[in-house]
Amino acid sequence: MAPGDGSGTTRRFRGLRLEAVVALAGLAAIWQIASLFVPHFLFPSIPEIAARLLAIFTSWSSLADALATSARILAGLAGAFVLGTLLAMPMARSTAFERYAYPLLNFNQGIPALSWVVVAIIWFRGIEFRIFFIMVMTTLPAFTFQVLDAYRAMSKDLFEMTLSFRPSRLDLLRALIWPTVLPGILTAWKVNLGNAARVVVVAELVGATGGVGYELLQQQQLFDMAGAVAWTLVLVIFVLVVQGLITLIESRALRYRAVAEQAL
Amino acid sequence: MTADPEILFEQVSKTFGRGGGEFEAIYDLSFAIGRGELVAILGKTGCGKSTTLNLISGLIRPSRGRVRVQGHDPYADFTRYRGKIGIVFQNDRLMPWRTAIENVALGLELNKVPRQKRLEIAASWLQRLGLSGHENNYPHALSGGMRQRVSIARAFAGEPDILLCDEPFSALDEHTGNALRDEFRALLRQTGATSIFITHSIDEALSLGERLMVLGRPAHIAYEATIGVDMSETEREAVRGRIRRVLAGDAAEQPA
Repeated sequence: MAPGDGSGTTRRFRGLRLEAVVALAGLAAIWQIASLFVPHFLFPSIPEIAARLLAIFTSWSSLADALATSARILAGLAGAFVLGTLLAMPMARSTAFERYAYPLLNFNQGIPALSWVVVAIIWFRGIEFRIFFIMVMTTLPAFTFQVLDAYRAMSKDLFEMTLSFRPSRLDLLRALIWPTVLPGILTAWKVNLGNAARVVVVAELVGATGGVGYELLQQQQLFDMAGAVAWTLVLVIFVLVVQGLITLIESRALRYRAVAEQAL
Repeated sequence: MTADPEILFEQVSKTFGRGGGEFEAIYDLSFAIGRGELVAILGKTGCGKSTTLNLISGLIRPSRGRVRVQGHDPYADFTRYRGKIGIVFQNDRLMPWRTAIENVALGLELNKVPRQKRLEIAASWLQRLGLSGHENNYPHALSGGMRQRVSIARAFAGEPDILLCDEPFSALDEHTGNALRDEFRALLRQTGATSIFITHSIDEALSLGERLMVLGRPAHIAYEATIGVDMSETEREAVRGRIRRVLAGDAAEQPA
């Protein structure tokens, strides 16, 4: 089999899919067994959770809550990505600018998501903007660092070779810089997606009148474990679907990469 | 010197670094290369050969003196030379995310040649260099020799007026290098581009160049010779001997 024909990757993903199903089925089985021996309000049965999950996907108002949270995550990530990229580019080109920007980003990384929630509530009126602000502030540093690292990893040889054809700035960006930073950007999206899903729930818990976070708060007040697990699963499913989409884009966009027959 | 030179160096010096860490790569280098000339530049490692090419291509500017390509400053008028200067680098420098044909078409694409036309040109160059059937292969699926052929095709595809070659066969094994060298010489003669070929190998310089310059350290012309196609083996051997002596002693000699 020729290296890089994608068959190695396909084989690896098939293996991963099977192992993932086995692992998740194992977890569900343990939960179901636990539900037989402990009080119902602590461990509701799997069929009950499944019924609640189905109810969420078949009720328009519940589905709207799930979609609202998904949209908030994607909007926040998109905002952080654009701002992070805009910040990373001058940092990559100017050491002086980087010296000022880097400590600020590091400082930002130390601020808990909950602090941004408090700040957003005090500073802004609109709920959606509050959530967007929180999402951007918490995921911005990771995007900036990833794009900066990817830009820095650009080959000097390829840069000089491309420059020898005298491209315009836009052509240089399209022909060299974008393909160089793309793997880093995709990784940043994958890493930040999980972070964003966690942060959005915190933001919705305290500031929103709808969404998964808001629904989780309702379940907590009702002491409804089945509902809490079902709403959590909604968020997990969203993350898995988007992760899958990113992986699809990755396998298409990075298909040029060689795959060793013997993976380390 | 040529009356209307394609490439002109006038007392060019190039210094890298600042303060105490300065390094003079080129000192007071002057030469002129006429249109269509095929010049081989020889010299020891670190004598400023690649710096000379970078100055011609406009990637760097001289610290002192004047560089002119087709009568203009290649550094200041950088975009003026779009499509006019092709470079074959020491290593292939292929973009890993582009297929062979897309790599060959890169310069044409940046020069705004329509897609269909540039792919046709790129395919014909790949065919010329014996790479038919490999158009859609990514670089990782090609051998070292094939990748270097693709990079040669990329430099030639834009039909540049000036072709700069920086030791393009040094990273290849002897057999592949020799095979590619013969094809390369034929291509250079066919295109009629002004060509500057940098090499460590005296035999390569003698077989590829019509004119030969040996650079001393820091780069200045230590020896210069014209290589005629009708040159006898004895005359070639004499030139070989002088080059060896110059390279060994790094001392300036008068042109042959």
